[in-house]
Amino acid sequence: MIFSYYPGCTLKTKAKSLDIYGKKSAEELGIFLEELPDWQCCGAVYPMAGDEIATRLSSVRALATARNLNRGLVTLCSACHNVLKRVNEDMKTNEYIRTRVNNYLEDDIQYNGETEVYHYLEMIRNVIGFENLKRKIKYPLKGKKIASYYGCLLLRPGKVMQFDNPENPSIMEDFIRAIGAEPVIYPFRNECCGGYITLENRRLAKEKCNTIVASAIEKGAEAIITACPLCMYNLEVNSTELKLPVYYFTELLAEALGVK
Amino acid sequence: MLVVEKVLAEDILRISGVNTRKCMKCGKCSASCPAFNEMDIHPHQFVSMIERGDIKKLIKSKSIWNCLSCMACVERCPKNVEPAKLIEAVRLAVIRQQGANHLKADKIPALVDERLPQQAIVSAFRKYSK
Ligand code: SF4
Ligand code: SF4
Repeated sequence: MIFSYYPGCTLKTKAKSLDIYGKKSAEELGIFLEELPDWQCCGAVYPMAGDEIATRLSSVRALATARNLNRGLVTLCSACHNVLKRVNEDMKTNEYIRTRVNNYLEDDIQYNGETEVYHYLEMIRNVIGFENLKRKIKYPLKGKKIASYYGCLLLRPGKVMQFDNPENPSIMEDFIRAIGAEPVIYPFRNECCGGYITLENRRLAKEKCNTIVASAIEKGAEAIITACPLCMYNLEVNSTELKLPVYYFTELLAEALGVK
Repeated sequence: MLVVEKVLAEDILRISGVNTRKCMKCGKCSASCPAFNEMDIHPHQFVSMIERGDIKKLIKSKSIWNCLSCMACVERCPKNVEPAKLIEAVRLAVIRQQGANHLKADKIPALVDERLPQQAIVSAFRKYSK
């Protein structure tokens, strides 16, 4: 099975292991992620204002290219996923935005939100299935206690993202179980790490990350997994009191599948 | 209300798409906000102040730079008011003015370290500059 794949700026630079192990693991699971031709950076944050048109164009171009290839579009980075999914919803439901964006676009890519956007984890859940994943695991991570860090971008706003229950998600825990490890539930798994605030008010990012890491440790976690390069940075660099190793979920997936 | 304030208030309502009158003033947005301690004006106050056209204080507020766009207030508001969209619209009202960028490119080298992902810089520019 082939999906179009949108890596985004950071997966080609600082977060190469999120990208490389994601692709390798998908292949092992019988899915080919074909990188979209000529993709551009999505901007990393969703433009909330209804009159922001130019900031939506790169996402729409990616969505329209996938549509023209007749493929679903898979993302890995939580931020790209949030932006692409929400812009796609705008193109489906907001006539003001749709008309203005299409006025900017080349004639052959008029776009109305046709593409299905999946996060890699949704692809595992909806297309492969956790039971099937479990069967393909060669080196289960037995006895490892792992905390999922969802953060904000995969989950909210729940109405648009439709990823999981935004207040009590389970997809990452199901993933952890499928690779043979033990999920650790802790109260801060869907609280913000601070995101870009690390550049504006580092103290706030540190406060958030120290709370998250301390909470995961208190519940017995030995490691944290994430799908977001900025969450990874914040949880590692801005946790200044207690520390836990932080991994991209694809690193552990590749390890368990024996393709790392 | 000054004429400029009135125009700004109308702009903010229009580009945010928020209907401030749906707010029932329960305060849940502010209670959910992870940046609460760093804000001088809190999310529920944005809603009522914009409704009153009290824009000047919001423009000077440090809250607009400390909002994390985490969408907790949007998710948890029982009336679907979406206060984060108001905060975004006020921030845009500021940075869309000529020369009013909050983050300037020459500040970046001092903020970057070896591990910082591109995503951080890209999103900060989207939030703080035009
Ligand atoms: S989006 Fe901003 S205002 Fe709303 S809860 Fe998050 S940090 Fe607070
Ligand atoms: S949560 Fe919603 S209804 Fe309650 S104060 Fe905030 S904006 Fe108003």
